[in-house]
Amino acid sequence: MNAKKRDFDGMEMTGAAMVLQALRDNGVEHIFGYPGGAVLPIYDELFQQDDIQHILVRHEQGAGHAAEGYARSTGKAGVVLVTSGPGATNTVTALQDALMDSIPLVCITGQVPTSLIGSDAFQECDTVGITRPCTKHNWLVKSVDDLPRVLHEAFRIATTGRPGPVVVDVPKDVQFALGIYQGPKIAESRISYKPKVGANLEQIKSAVALMAKAKKPVIYSGGGVINSGDKASELLRELVKETEFPITSTLMGLGAYPASGERWLGMLGMHGTYEANMAMHDCDVMVNIGARFDDRITGRIDAFAPDSKKIHIDIDPSSINKIVHVDIGVVGDVAYVLEQMLALWKKEKKKHQAKALKDWHAQIAKWQARNSLAYNQTSDVIMPQHAIERLYEASQRSGKETFITTEVGQHQMWAAQYFGFEKPNHWMTSGGLGTMGYGFPAAVGVQVAHREALVIDIAGDASIQMMMQEMSTAVQYGLPVKIFILNNQHMGMVRQWQQLLHGNRLSSSYSEAVPDFVKLAEAYGATGMYCDDPNTLDDMLDDMINAEGPVIFDCRVANLANCFPMIPSGKAHNEMLLPDEASDDAIATAIDSKGKALV
Amino acid sequence: MNEVVAPPASAYFIVKDNGTPENHTLSILVDNEPGVLARVIGLFSGRGYNIESLTVTETEHEKHLSRITIVSNGTHSVLEQMRHQLERIVPVHSVTDLTVVAHAKGYEKPLERELAMLKVVATGEQRLEALRLADAFKAQVIDANVTHFIFEVTGRTSKIEQFIAIMAPLGLVEVCRTGVAAMARGPGIE
Ligand SMILES: Cc1ncc(C[n+]2csc(CCOP(=O)(O)OP(=O)(O)O)c2C)c(N)n1
Ligand SMILES: [Mg+2]
Repeated sequence: MNAKKRDFDGMEMTGAAMVLQALRDNGVEHIFGYPGGAVLPIYDELFQQDDIQHILVRHEQGAGHAAEGYARSTGKAGVVLVTSGPGATNTVTALQDALMDSIPLVCITGQVPTSLIGSDAFQECDTVGITRPCTKHNWLVKSVDDLPRVLHEAFRIATTGRPGPVVVDVPKDVQFALGIYQGPKIAESRISYKPKVGANLEQIKSAVALMAKAKKPVIYSGGGVINSGDKASELLRELVKETEFPITSTLMGLGAYPASGERWLGMLGMHGTYEANMAMHDCDVMVNIGARFDDRITGRIDAFAPDSKKIHIDIDPSSINKIVHVDIGVVGDVAYVLEQMLALWKKEKKKHQAKALKDWHAQIAKWQARNSLAYNQTSDVIMPQHAIERLYEASQRSGKETFITTEVGQHQMWAAQYFGFEKPNHWMTSGGLGTMGYGFPAAVGVQVAHREALVIDIAGDASIQMMMQEMSTAVQYGLPVKIFILNNQHMGMVRQWQQLLHGNRLSSSYSEAVPDFVKLAEAYGATGMYCDDPNTLDDMLDDMINAEGPVIFDCRVANLANCFPMIPSGKAHNEMLLPDEASDDAIATAIDSKGKALV
Repeated sequence: MNEVVAPPASAYFIVKDNGTPENHTLSILVDNEPGVLARVIGLFSGRGYNIESLTVTETEHEKHLSRITIVSNGTHSVLEQMRHQLERIVPVHSVTDLTVVAHAKGYEKPLERELAMLKVVATGEQRLEALRLADAFKAQVIDANVTHFIFEVTGRTSKIEQFIAIMAPLGLVEVCRTGVAAMARGPGIE
């Protein structure tokens, strides 16, 4: 059966068949889902075709995160299919996660038949009500006549403008009902939705003029560059080359500019490098490209880059002046704006301030010499930072295309700091929502899209237990995802904050009764590995990478290591706590009582 | 039990908005589809914006367009955010800050009207006094018998407030108000 080649526009079919046809027409090859009463008609359609592969997850939240990983690594929308009631409510965390990180998801939920809506029927919930604040848009489709338009609109809205998750709630009777299918063109009929494409050229001109005058410039790029597509990353690299401006990035933007690049300062923000944060603090012109002045980035707002003029490029007008007042706001898609910027820069033969920039680079070199990511690796205990660096080397040795996902905690920050990201779309982490349990299902989603690639979830001993059940999915579909647990036997990040802010009272942050991860892997039919010896780490990492199927690697690391450098709460970028200064005493007093009460 | 200690801290940097809050009237044109009002109101509650008054009804039947008029209160930056956040809602066609438009034209406020119904139960001298005052406010009697009046009054919010205050001691038992309807002055369409 070759359904793709035929044009189904104007054909009569059931609502359930329309769902499948709309997926095909929007280029969908994989969906992540879990069946139940209210979506059985759609599952029946899935069963009778081969164009779209359904990946059966083990928890609907897992489906959501898997679709996020799939979306982030392919640039396409991730698609989720779940049943009504608990199926729908289980996706909420993933929807909010996707909303905060601007990931395009199309989530199709089953609903009880229209005649029963509002009667507290079995497995009924107000799905559109519950998901309204955690989606870009959502629909309850009450008639099969609306279904094709809504499905196509769903893809259009999820993937254009600032991307985000959408929910289409389809009652069971609508899935059974017969109607006339319409093709994707119908989605254009919604005129209130006007995603921004171009940008104001005057604003770009003023931005370029300001940049040409900068003596201490810095580029601060974010997830918007990744979302804009590969071209945006290429243009960003070209802009850095042309202007010789130093560049830092948020957690979400890692990889847009290569970590090995000449002008790279490392990540900025709460756990950013000394040089990145100092450059931000002292700069005279800041160029924010697709980032949103998140509170983990700015530190104390009233002391944020106090002497700078700020340029902000963002596709979402509401991001501009939301947190930080900027001098020039450019609303538009990053790739478009950067292209115009570069063209102007070249046409007007703009030159950066060579002399001033040389001094600025020299100042930055001094900050870099401070070596803010230093740590002491001894011969008996594996330091978590060392483990990440070795993992990076091992992935390089393997020669495989490598994708990294993470859970949330110290391990996530260490991954961001010590794993060198060279390409966009190869790093997936839960930035805005900070969802423990994101990384493993996201890795499953990435591996579905990139069968041959090396996909590693850098995990924590606590986070991994939140979505562990997806190992069953990985085994079922032969997805060789590697879970690399930095096992510190604590909720390390929570413990670190308790040490800093709460007199080291470790309330419920010690991981008790942690499972034997090796046996756990084996119970699922995967491979389990254990390492606590720095001397065998490299060999075991090679074994992990070469293993055919999924692996859980229990890497025992120093239990009480802290994540540095760090901007403590209530402090500015130039008041960082550096690892070599972080004695127990310094940690205990890092945040004064005023900071503690204030923040 | 563990030892009890002084209050803790959190992980956020909090800055105070030092701007002065002002009342602004927003006019929002939306597709009249299920859930659209919930989206707008949910945005206000979810982001902690105030609603002082809310008026909504379908205004263009053929195009299924409704106009939502909201009077809100916030500092300049909050009001700017509010407008941009509203514009992100998919069925929202346009958002106009009528107060800003009025200021640009040299007026303090846009044209604003509200309608109120007041039920006054009274007899004797009180009843006569209520009727006299209603006349002064150009309120109409839309229902009455020997023990009560229902007045209808239209005007700016301040006038309605004043009328309600005056009626309060004269046997006012129930009030219903439409909320503010507003429009920019002049021939232009905002
Ligand atoms: C779903 C969820 N619940 C709670 C938190 C709060 N939280 C942030 S980090 C963390 C501890 C993570 O521990 P682990 O996974 O072991 O990582 P580590 O910090 O030790 O590397 C917790 C509980 C969260 N981010 N997400
Ligand atoms: Mg841990």
